[in-house]
Amino acid sequence: MFRNTYDSDNTVFSPQGRLHQVEYALEAVKQGSAAVGLRSKTHSVLLALKRSTGELASYQQKMFRIDEHVGIAIAGLTSDARVLSNFMRQQAMSSKMVFNRPIPVNRLVSTIADKAQVNTQEYGRRPYGVGFLVIGQDQTGPHLYEFSPSGNSYEYYAMSIGARSQSAKTYLEKHYESFEDASLEDLIRHGLHALRETLQQDKELTINNTSIGLVGPASAHETNVPPSGPFRILEGDVVQPFLDTMIPKDTGAAAPAPAAAGDEDVQMAG
Amino acid sequence: MPMERILSPNDPITAPKMPSLPASSTHITGTSVLAIKFKDGIMMAADNLASYGSLARFKDMQRLQAVGEHTVIGAGGDMSDFQYIQAMLDELIIDEFTAQDGHSLGPAEIHEYLAQVMYARRSKMNPLWNAILVGGVKDGKRIWKINLVLPPRRFLSFVDLLGTTYSASTLATGYGAHIAQPLLRTAVEGKEDILTAEDALKILEQSMKVLYYRDARSIDKYQVATITARGISISESRRLETSWSFAEGIRGYGAQTQ
Repeated sequence: MFRNTYDSDNTVFSPQGRLHQVEYALEAVKQGSAAVGLRSKTHSVLLALKRSTGELASYQQKMFRIDEHVGIAIAGLTSDARVLSNFMRQQAMSSKMVFNRPIPVNRLVSTIADKAQVNTQEYGRRPYGVGFLVIGQDQTGPHLYEFSPSGNSYEYYAMSIGARSQSAKTYLEKHYESFEDASLEDLIRHGLHALRETLQQDKELTINNTSIGLVGPASAHETNVPPSGPFRILEGDVVQPFLDTMIPKDTGAAAPAPAAAGDEDVQMAG
Repeated sequence: MPMERILSPNDPITAPKMPSLPASSTHITGTSVLAIKFKDGIMMAADNLASYGSLARFKDMQRLQAVGEHTVIGAGGDMSDFQYIQAMLDELIIDEFTAQDGHSLGPAEIHEYLAQVMYARRSKMNPLWNAILVGGVKDGKRIWKINLVLPPRRFLSFVDLLGTTYSASTLATGYGAHIAQPLLRTAVEGKEDILTAEDALKILEQSMKVLYYRDARSIDKYQVATITARGISISESRRLETSWSFAEGIRGYGAQTQ
């Protein structure tokens, strides 16, 4: 365990100008299994790795539908995620009721970021221990955002969060320029390839441990999707056709690049 | 000028004792608002009179108000409640503008918001005593649907003090709902996509004239708002050309000679 004189109170800065409790909260996000998000001109997709505690246990839910047009993938404390996703659902409902308008995705993300920021500044509170990737579509097209417990939110072409997410990020950084014009099938394939990078040795993506979330028009492997392309989560058998599109990893001489150091258990400096 | 305290539902002192509002306590009132759809958008008209009972008290009242870039509202009924609504919507539009995120409230959103406010107030037994027309045009295109650019959408809808709403290609509030609405329907229905701005103006002008002849709370000075995809314009006040020579021989009009 790391300890520090300035980490018992999240509202007090360390002499280095850091808020240690906030940084620990960001560590909590890195403990959660990985989630990957990508965006094209027409679609936004999420891919997440579900964990189970053992052979007898079910897999932990990683994706939540917020509204017709918005969904999230989480990494970190699921209980905190449920609190925040309930809040997001209320915001979405309120926008629908008061203005008869689906809430703009950026505003929804801003409201939870503002909520998280308050927890980093008020005495006697703790930051949320969860990070989100938020996808959605509105009048300005499809979007992908990252939300983190520090109260920051950013929009991305592609992003990953959670354990070993640096490996996925490295993959995304290499390929992101092709995402803009990619088909939905290609986008998901890139997402699966990125997610695969976060797996431990000898593990692989299966229909049981992989969740796919998306907004935008239906893919060739989907049925009964309304033309508006609402947010939907694919799990179980329907994931198989997408897993089948993956290009097998070169298991030969070229060993996969090791996950960048500082990804899992980071020793806090200072 | 010293003001007399008047029993009002909006007065914090008298309001708690007055759960329901007698119609007679609305003081400064506006009469009809008319609105129609035409080829390029919505046209709306309202006269410039704010009455104090049967007294023509203010003859320079503007009852048409732009709300944001895509919407105009027109109100009849209590003019102080209308001014309150204007202030509320101005604040709403400023909040939306300052977000600077590419989203803006269109006529449909403003109408829904107004309906919710009107219904909430009536549920507190303290309604905003108005009938309001909301008209506008907002680009309906969605970028995320590839190769599909929807044409600009016209929007025209009604909301009143009870939160009641309805839409049609012609709408009128107050006395106009009785006198002008049938005329507007005859002139507009089925021709919404054909009528030019010029045609629409003529139709409204004619209806305003009939209303001026028939409605004792009206005046011959009015404004016209035009909302198209290109934006909003609200005209300067204009006069109705009326003729009263027919009244010469009618007993009951003008000075009686016998």
